[in-house]
Amino acid sequence: MSEITPERVAHLASLARIALTDDEIEQLTGELGAIVDAVATVQRVATPDVPATSHPIPLTGGMRPDEVGQTLTTEQALAGAPDHDGSRFRVTAILGEEQ
Amino acid sequence: MTDLTRLFAADLSARLTSGDVSSVEVTQAHLDRIAAVDGDVHAFLHVSADALDSAAAVDADRAAGKPLGELAGVPIAIKDVLCTLDMPSTSGSRILEGWVPPYDATVVARLREARLIPLGKTNMDEFAMGSSTEHSAYGPTKNPWALDRIPGGSGGGSAAAVSAFEAPIALGSDTGGSIRQPAAVTGSVGVKPTYGGVSRYGAIALASSLDQVGPVSRSVLDAALVHDVIGGHDPRDATSIPDAWPSMAAAARAGQSGDALKGVRVGVVKELEGEGFQAGVKQRYHETLDLMAAAGAEIVEVSAPNFEYAIAAYYLILPAEASSNLAKFDSVRFGLRREVAGGTVEDVMAATREAGFGPEVKRRIILGTYALSAGYYDAYYGSAQKVRTLIQRDFAAAFEQADVLVSPSAPTTAFKFGEKMSDPLAMYLNDVTTIPANLAGVPGMGLPMGLAPEDGLPVGLQIMAPAREDARLYTVGAAVEQLLEAQWGGPLWTQAPALT
Repeated sequence: MSEITPERVAHLASLARIALTDDEIEQLTGELGAIVDAVATVQRVATPDVPATSHPIPLTGGMRPDEVGQTLTTEQALAGAPDHDGSRFRVTAILGEEQ
Repeated sequence: MTDLTRLFAADLSARLTSGDVSSVEVTQAHLDRIAAVDGDVHAFLHVSADALDSAAAVDADRAAGKPLGELAGVPIAIKDVLCTLDMPSTSGSRILEGWVPPYDATVVARLREARLIPLGKTNMDEFAMGSSTEHSAYGPTKNPWALDRIPGGSGGGSAAAVSAFEAPIALGSDTGGSIRQPAAVTGSVGVKPTYGGVSRYGAIALASSLDQVGPVSRSVLDAALVHDVIGGHDPRDATSIPDAWPSMAAAARAGQSGDALKGVRVGVVKELEGEGFQAGVKQRYHETLDLMAAAGAEIVEVSAPNFEYAIAAYYLILPAEASSNLAKFDSVRFGLRREVAGGTVEDVMAATREAGFGPEVKRRIILGTYALSAGYYDAYYGSAQKVRTLIQRDFAAAFEQADVLVSPSAPTTAFKFGEKMSDPLAMYLNDVTTIPANLAGVPGMGLPMGLAPEDGLPVGLQIMAPAREDARLYTVGAAVEQLLEAQWGGPLWTQAPALT
C-alpha cells in the first residue's frame, strides 16, 4: 500500500518548485500511488550484499587538459535569457521588503 | 527519373561523389518531400532555412576538388533534444519554446565538420519522456505506415522522418528505448551505442547515466556511416570513453559478405518474449531466428532473471536523475518566465515550471523528488541502483554463452493514439525490451524483421552486444538484414503505403 497522499504530493511539488493546481495534485496522488507500488518491487532483490551501480561504464581520470579555450561571450550567454541588463541575468527580488 | 528521397545515404554518397547529382538537388528533393507530406506526418518541429546554402557550399567545394567525407552533402534530420546554433532546440517542451542555444551539441558540430546537411529538428515526447510522441508540447507525430497510430517515442519524429522519406538518415537519443522502439514501429533501423561511445555534450539531459545519442536510418550500413561521423571521444563529456573505435561502416560491410553469421552464438533472452507480446511479433521473431540458424548461427537460450525488475529500477533512476537535470529550468537563464505580481523569485519559478512543463514531465519530476527524499532514498533510489548491478551481472553471464543477445525490439506493433495516455504504467511497460541495455550501458540495435500478419504493421528485431562491441552489432545486423531482404525481395520500406 502506497504512502502517497495529496499532502505529500503538494510538499514534493513545493520542493520541486512546481505550482501544481488542486486538480493536478488529486490526479497525481492516484497515479503516483500506483507507480510507487509498481516500482517498489526493486526491494525484493536489492539485498544488502548487492553493491549499487551509479554509472554503467566505470571510467577514472576523466580529466581534460587545463587549457584556455573558447567560452561563451556575455552576449551569447544572455541571448536566451528572459530578462537581463546587458551584463547580468535579471531576476525577481530574492528577498522580501522587510529583509 | 530516380526519386532521390528513396535512396540510401550510402547510394546518395556514391552519386554525389560521381557527380551524378548535386547536394542541392538531393536537399531540394527532401525539402519538397517535407513540404508534401509533413502536414500529415508532423515529423519536424523546425525546417532549416540554411539547408540549400549548406548544400551549395558542399557542391562548390566538390567542384573545386576539395577533400570531402563520405556523407558530405547528404541531408540529415536532427532530434530536437540536440542543441543547434542555427535552429531552435526545445526538446519538445513549451518551457524552451523558441530557444536558440549558444552552442552546437558535439554530435551536431561533427555533422557540420563532415559536411552533412541539417534539414531540421524532429519532434519528440517532451524532454524525451514517452513512447509515442503524444507527450510533445507541439502535438504528436503520426506513423507513416498508419496515420492513426503512434510512431513510437520519444524519437518518433526522427523515425517518422526517415520512414516517410523526408530524410535518408537522422539522429536520435535513447534513454530507455527512444531510438530502438520508434525504429521498430516505423520499420526503420536505429542504434543505441555503448554508453560513452557518443558524446552527450549539448544533448539536453534527461537521465545522464542512461542517455546516448545514436543514428536512425533505413539500412544498417547507413546507421553505421552516421555512427562513424558522430562517435568517438569528446573531452567535453566526462563520461565519454577515450578508446579508439573501429569503423562501424567496415563492420556493416563485413556483415553483407554472406557467411557473417556462421558460428555466431545468438542468445535468445527467455525473459524478453511471452506474456504481453503480440502474436505477430513472436511469429516474425521466431521466423527470423530460424533464418539466422539456417545461415549458420548457433541459437542458444539464455536467461536474465533480473530483467523482470528493469522497468521498476528504470522508473526510479530516470525520474531521480531527471528531477535533478530539469532543475535548471528556473526561469532565469533561458526559456520561459511566468511573472507573478508581487511574487518572489521562487513564486516565479514555480509558476513558470507549472506553465512550461507538461503532465508527464511533472509526474516524473515529482516521482524523482520522492525517490531521492530523505527517508526514502535507500528504499527506492538505492534499491534501484542495486538492481542495476544485478542486471549487469545477468548481461555478463549471458555474454559468456552468446556473442550477441536478441529479442523483439518492442512487445507490440504501433498502438493507436490515446490508447495508453490515461494509464502511465501501461505506457512504461512498452519499454520492457529496451530498458535493460540502457541500465547496463551495452549497445543495442533495432532493425525491421517484417510486418505482423494480424495488422500489417512493422515489427523490429533487437540485437545487443557487450559494451564497446558496437561493431559486432553492425556485422550481425547487416547479415540479418540481407537475409530478410532476400526473402522480401527488397527492403521492408518498399512495402510502405504512399502518403500522397
